[in-house]
Amino acid sequence: MIFSKEPLLKVMGMTKYFGDRVGCRDISFELWPGEVLGIVGESGSGKTTLLNTLSYHLEPTRGIILYWSEQQGLVDLGQLSESQIRYLMRTEWGMVRQNPREGLRMRVSAGANIGERLMALGVRHYGRIRKEVQKWLERVEIDTDRANDLPETFSGGMLQRLQIARNLVTQPRLVLMDEPTGGLDVSVQARLLDLLRALVAEFNLSLIVVTHDLAVVRLLTHRLLVMRHGEIVESGLTDQLLDDPHHPYTQLLVSSVIQV
Amino acid sequence: METRLQAEDIQKTFILYLQGGKKLNVLKRVYLTLGAGECVALTGPSGIGKSTFLRVLYANYKPDSGRVLVFHRGQWINTVEADPYHILDVRRYTIGYVSQFLRVIPRVPALDIVAEPLQRLGLSPDESRLQAQDLLRRLNIPESLWEVSPTTFSGGEQQRINLARSLIYPYSILLLDEPTASLDEKNRAVVIQLIREAVARGTAIVGVFHDREVRETLATREFDVSTEGTE
Repeated sequence: MIFSKEPLLKVMGMTKYFGDRVGCRDISFELWPGEVLGIVGESGSGKTTLLNTLSYHLEPTRGIILYWSEQQGLVDLGQLSESQIRYLMRTEWGMVRQNPREGLRMRVSAGANIGERLMALGVRHYGRIRKEVQKWLERVEIDTDRANDLPETFSGGMLQRLQIARNLVTQPRLVLMDEPTGGLDVSVQARLLDLLRALVAEFNLSLIVVTHDLAVVRLLTHRLLVMRHGEIVESGLTDQLLDDPHHPYTQLLVSSVIQV
Repeated sequence: METRLQAEDIQKTFILYLQGGKKLNVLKRVYLTLGAGECVALTGPSGIGKSTFLRVLYANYKPDSGRVLVFHRGQWINTVEADPYHILDVRRYTIGYVSQFLRVIPRVPALDIVAEPLQRLGLSPDESRLQAQDLLRRLNIPESLWEVSPTTFSGGEQQRINLARSLIYPYSILLLDEPTASLDEKNRAVVIQLIREAVARGTAIVGVFHDREVRETLATREFDVSTEGTE
């Protein structure tokens, strides 16, 4: 990991209302290059709203989101046009959905799922696209013989790995993940965690991972936000929050984990 | 003797909200100055807060008050107030910690777990693994286990993996929580020797050593968390 002098992302007072109802409120945090941020909290605590607001799938009601872009330097997402945001999301950001079927195109081949992202960025050289597709299938441990198969024929773990390859082929710097290991077998989860950790180290990638699984949090994340009713109740270094939780709600979360 | 770490006025209370807000007042105004080449053994009856103090020094527990100053990459940093990003940098370069638990991703082989700290610092995977092999050999971890995940290892083997992870890089500060607790005599001797080599190199150590023989062999001084050092 390369030590950086500036954060990658700085969120200040981000708030999202749906009419009168709070989606998330007064969210502030920093994320640094190569850092993995976990967001935990019970269902309905605003975790997914936070991800969607951060990536401007939903427009925040108020608040500032600053991002240190590789191509454009420091940008305030609120000042960008819709097409500039879309460009940023396609190039420097990625989004991995809990259900890979929502993040993949199920009617085109696995290889095309990866390759079309490069084509969207203007890469036209077919040989180069094919090489990148092969490289990424290998990197996420999918047999390259399966490149022409439809994702429908893949297992849940493979689909999730394919979705990750589709996101990483454009070399983003920040990837948002909504329950990436949700619904997978435990052994498949371990493999995915191992892969994610290796990718983070290899590309100095930053991740924001929404999960309700505290084991995933401990093994993958560096920094943690605990959310309740749309607000952050506690935040800090992951192992500090898990081993020495100060807020009553964090204590409840940590003590509710069933030990094996 | 160069100072490596300075803990000032450390107080630590646990408030247990699930038990009606019960308060446990564990550390009361603890001061400790630690120099290069020192091996300080924390003493006092069990339950007095020895492990708690170690965890505060590692920034795993957050004290109610006080500062933990660590000499890190040429400057002093107070880990009680520092951002997680900087605390993790301190842990990458300056402070190693050996707990009694091994927490790892189930699929990763023992060799890679031991090599990881070097790789994180930018050493090539091959060179990191080579050094990990040397250390595992010294710690009598049979070669047949190197490519296996340590989640299935015995307590003593897991403890040696934990130790290897912290001894593979010359951290200037090492925190050891019962490093020989589940080891047989032969391996205890190996571990003692490795720790002595670290001290001779100038590593500053704070440890909890229940075994009196180990403590007497290693410690350059003893420190009672409950009475000494308090002001």
